[in-house]
Amino acid sequence: MDLKGKKVIALGDRDGVPGPAIEECLKSAGAELVFVTTECFV
Amino acid sequence: MNDAVIKGAGYVLAHVPNLTYELGSTQVMERKKNPDSEYLKKLKRHLRNYEEALAYAPFQAYIGNITPDELSEIPRPWYEGEKIQPVREGRYGEIVPEDEFYAWMLLVDTFDLVWLEDAYLAELRPRLEKHPLIAPPDLKKLGNGKSRAEIEERVEAGGAQPLYLGDRLVGCVRRAHELDENLSAHVIAENMATKASAVLALRHLLAKSGTDPQTVDYIIEASEEAAGDMNQRGGGNLAKAIGEWAGCLAATGSDTRAFCAGPVHALVHAAALVKAGFYKNVVVVAGGAVAKLGMNGKDHVAKGMPLLEDVLGAFAILVAENDGQNPVLCSDSLGQHNIGSGSSPQAVMQALVAHPLERLGLKLSDVDKYSVEMQIPEMTEPAGAGDVPTANYKMIAALAVMRKEIERSQIPEFVVKHGMPGFAPTQGHIPSGVPFIGHARDLILTGKLQRTMIIGKGSLFLARMTNLFDGVSFLIEKNPGRSDVSGVGKDALKKLVADALRQVAANLAPAGE
Repeated sequence: MDLKGKKVIALGDRDGVPGPAIEECLKSAGAELVFVTTECFV
Repeated sequence: MNDAVIKGAGYVLAHVPNLTYELGSTQVMERKKNPDSEYLKKLKRHLRNYEEALAYAPFQAYIGNITPDELSEIPRPWYEGEKIQPVREGRYGEIVPEDEFYAWMLLVDTFDLVWLEDAYLAELRPRLEKHPLIAPPDLKKLGNGKSRAEIEERVEAGGAQPLYLGDRLVGCVRRAHELDENLSAHVIAENMATKASAVLALRHLLAKSGTDPQTVDYIIEASEEAAGDMNQRGGGNLAKAIGEWAGCLAATGSDTRAFCAGPVHALVHAAALVKAGFYKNVVVVAGGAVAKLGMNGKDHVAKGMPLLEDVLGAFAILVAENDGQNPVLCSDSLGQHNIGSGSSPQAVMQALVAHPLERLGLKLSDVDKYSVEMQIPEMTEPAGAGDVPTANYKMIAALAVMRKEIERSQIPEFVVKHGMPGFAPTQGHIPSGVPFIGHARDLILTGKLQRTMIIGKGSLFLARMTNLFDGVSFLIEKNPGRSDVSGVGKDALKKLVADALRQVAANLAPAGE
């Protein structure tokens, strides 16, 4: 999937992959992060 | 080094299906958004009764009737059928039923905020009289209750949180201020439940460890609730409020907050206070989180399961000066997630697990058992969060692969050997590292375990004040014996040398004459 220039909402998981880590990956793929959060279900 | 020791542990669950329905945040939000919600209609049919909760194997592991390894032998799903003997009392505490728990809330209330119906209290009294941790002054404090009409009037007027047992209104929690939302009936009910469950855990700890309450010097409370008013929302010191109801009259205390990592931070503080000589006996205590009851309930109901998040969890751990016997909390083993550590799962595990072991010259496999986030997997899997403890163990095993300690193919074996199944309810701070400490103490004292690592993690970003993650860890090990024993040895040695010199002198004397 080409993420360059795409607007992305990233929802991370506390015990999985947290939001900031997703953000770093997607930024490097050229995506624009419009909202990043990490949720906790435990 | 005379590190502090773990001298005892108390673990308690309160089975509270009605509080779950009324006050769990998932249910409260649903009621606000959609009062005619299908979920809320179905939910009551998915609530477990007390006997079913007692027969839930992970709960029996939490209160100490089976070990986590024994739990892993019981086939899942644990919620189907009676797979274990349903027992109320455990090696570390008990599972208290909701009707009695309301009485504990009334007992620890010092502002006449919890009201229970007179007829209901009269029904309950014979059982309360038999409870080993309820003394005659407690029964006197409970009083005779309020009339049904008085309670109904308060509830109907608003400003009082009803307390139900099924469809029966048996009491209420009144608001403590007309306008201050920090003292609303809902918040007071939450905090009173936290306090009551913590008091119960503390009383169990003291009774089971044979500790005179008056010998406790300091209490650190590590729940996740904020107790205060509009001018100091998290003013706190629930620690003293709890100690007051467990006879710890010679203790002072304070609270430590760090989301789910709070208890492990608190244990580090406790061990430091003891080792530094400020106090001899420090208790770390935490009560349950009402808001988290039924947190993943929608998915439990949607999948036709019983609503498993129906208990409040509480614990109390006694950290004491080194007695040469009890397992030590190793002060040189601290792991911590620093502000600059980074939030990727790998960075977190490096900071909490790999770095401290590296510093000590230990391998990851030198730790017999890791106590991570010990949530019961059946509670989190339906909502898509997976088996949290196993995910943590896989991450530790992956670190071992990266450090070339094990082969990639050995990851499953590492997970089984150094891990254990989750056996604590999803109560935030309650499953975070601390549930294993009671078991670990027993296993170390009986020679079945040498070393365990306790890991607590916290989601600081939930308060929207930082995006940082948090975590802290330490090792608990078999006590090598007091280091001041060598001091006694030196004295003895000096005496031996002095005696020998005197004998030599005595023998030499005649020759000189």
